[in-house]
Amino acid sequence: MAPFVPDIISDELNLIVALIMGICFGIVLEQAGFSSSRKLAGVFYGYDFTVLRVFFTAGITAALGVVVLGFAGLLDLEAIYINPTFLGPGIVGGCIMGVGFVLGGYCPGTSVCAAAIGKKDALAFVFGGIIGVFVFGELFPLYDAFYVSGSFGPLRVFSSLGLSQGVFLAGLVVVAVVAFMVTTKIERKVNPASDANGRGWPSGRHVAAATGLLVLAGVALFLPDRRSYLKAEVMSAVFQRDHPVREITADELAFRILDKDPTLVILDIRGSEDYKKLALPGSVNLTLDGLFGKDNAALLTVRHRERVIVDKDGTAADTAALLAARLGYENVRVLQGGISSLDSLILRFKRPDAVPPADLADTYRFREKASVQLAKMIEENRTAANKPKAAVKKIQGGC
Amino acid sequence: MTTKYMNPYLAGVLLGLVLLVTIFITGRGLGASGALKSVVVESVSAVAPSHLSSSGFYKDYTTEHSGSPLKQWLVFEVLGVAIGAFLSGTASRRLTWVTEKGPRIRGTTRIAFAFLGGALFAAGAQFARGCTSGAALSGMAVLSTGGFLTMMAIFGTGYAVAYFFRKLWL
Repeated sequence: MAPFVPDIISDELNLIVALIMGICFGIVLEQAGFSSSRKLAGVFYGYDFTVLRVFFTAGITAALGVVVLGFAGLLDLEAIYINPTFLGPGIVGGCIMGVGFVLGGYCPGTSVCAAAIGKKDALAFVFGGIIGVFVFGELFPLYDAFYVSGSFGPLRVFSSLGLSQGVFLAGLVVVAVVAFMVTTKIERKVNPASDANGRGWPSGRHVAAATGLLVLAGVALFLPDRRSYLKAEVMSAVFQRDHPVREITADELAFRILDKDPTLVILDIRGSEDYKKLALPGSVNLTLDGLFGKDNAALLTVRHRERVIVDKDGTAADTAALLAARLGYENVRVLQGGISSLDSLILRFKRPDAVPPADLADTYRFREKASVQLAKMIEENRTAANKPKAAVKKIQGGC
Repeated sequence: MTTKYMNPYLAGVLLGLVLLVTIFITGRGLGASGALKSVVVESVSAVAPSHLSSSGFYKDYTTEHSGSPLKQWLVFEVLGVAIGAFLSGTASRRLTWVTEKGPRIRGTTRIAFAFLGGALFAAGAQFARGCTSGAALSGMAVLSTGGFLTMMAIFGTGYAVAYFFRKLWL
């Protein structure tokens, strides 16, 4: 599952990726005409709306792509960098940039493009940018408190607006199509020499493209959230018939833990409070949603391992096992009766007063022994678990 | 110059795909202004290393980024942008050595305003944690609230002040 940084692509290789994607970025920006300040500034005066067309189309293409890849389970949306929201600084910074755009005729990325093909004004813009950052850094104490104010973390715009992702995306596409139509009308009026006046407008191609975009908007509208969609799917009787849940008894699990079976992976899906009270040796605590991301994918995909999902009483683990099957993870079993069954059958084993039937005598002997040894292992594990863990590496982004 | 540019909608789809592939592979979007910051941090650390640890702005940078300020993702990406633009400009015969300006101003005026605009843009990008590429476009791709706000602030302010600077362009 993507993204491939940091586990498949190393930090060093990632720099090569940066160079290659940068080259593609530069080629497209230059081909689009973003190496011309007069073309860029045109968006503010109505004689050339190229910026709006390219920018809006690019944003929608990428946003729809991210959502679709996420839904298909190819891209872990939890792992990608979501630009954090700093309310005041984000707006004030944007306003300053807006003035800079009109005065300078470029933004930082396009100025690099234009400088590369020999525009002297773009070189001045880049140089001004370096001085701008330096001055900002020197005056930093004046606004260091404001700089970190209004921090809301990785907010998503649709939830800020109280909309579903699909409704927001569909609305965005509609806004884009309307903006394309209105601005083309304006451009034809303001600038008789504009490309938009070259052919008949709207031509059949324009109508076809707009229709295609609106169909995409419709798709976005009905694209459900991947998690709720999959959770609902595994609840269906057909899916459960085709993917029977395999159970493991408390006795077998206890035996294999005591045996230090290296092929055993225990996934505990109880809340972290319960998990702190009683954690099986070598087990990993995760939530049901933790199955979706790529954080735990390594645990779930290693071959020649048997994964045992444990929960409180065996009901939630069934859902988790079905979900794991749906996500393509193999060799998953569920602890029969959950931790409570293991607790009552083994950890708090009391030999019945009556003489046990012959076929249960061995089981009772095992449980008696295991109750002591397993409790000891759990206790040892608890002290070992207090050691600090390595920090999880998060993807960094932004400017 | 009458060189023809690409159809803007096609360019937009291609740009969106470049951004999408970047997010897919690396988990992060494209950017630009961060590279300027890297250059500043590198210069300051070369000229006055003690200044780096005394200013909060640089301290933030050095805690967030490991390694040399120039060995950063965005520096390599922006280097790529320059290479890509040069290749594209060469292929489409757009290599020049000119000052592009509106018809009513002199070249020196244009250079002065480009410098000022660059300084303002880069300073604003520090507040917003990114510029048109890093905050607005990449933020839009991942549907970040901050990205949309910054985008609207950039273009809204641009339209609000455009009238006063029309002599520069018209």
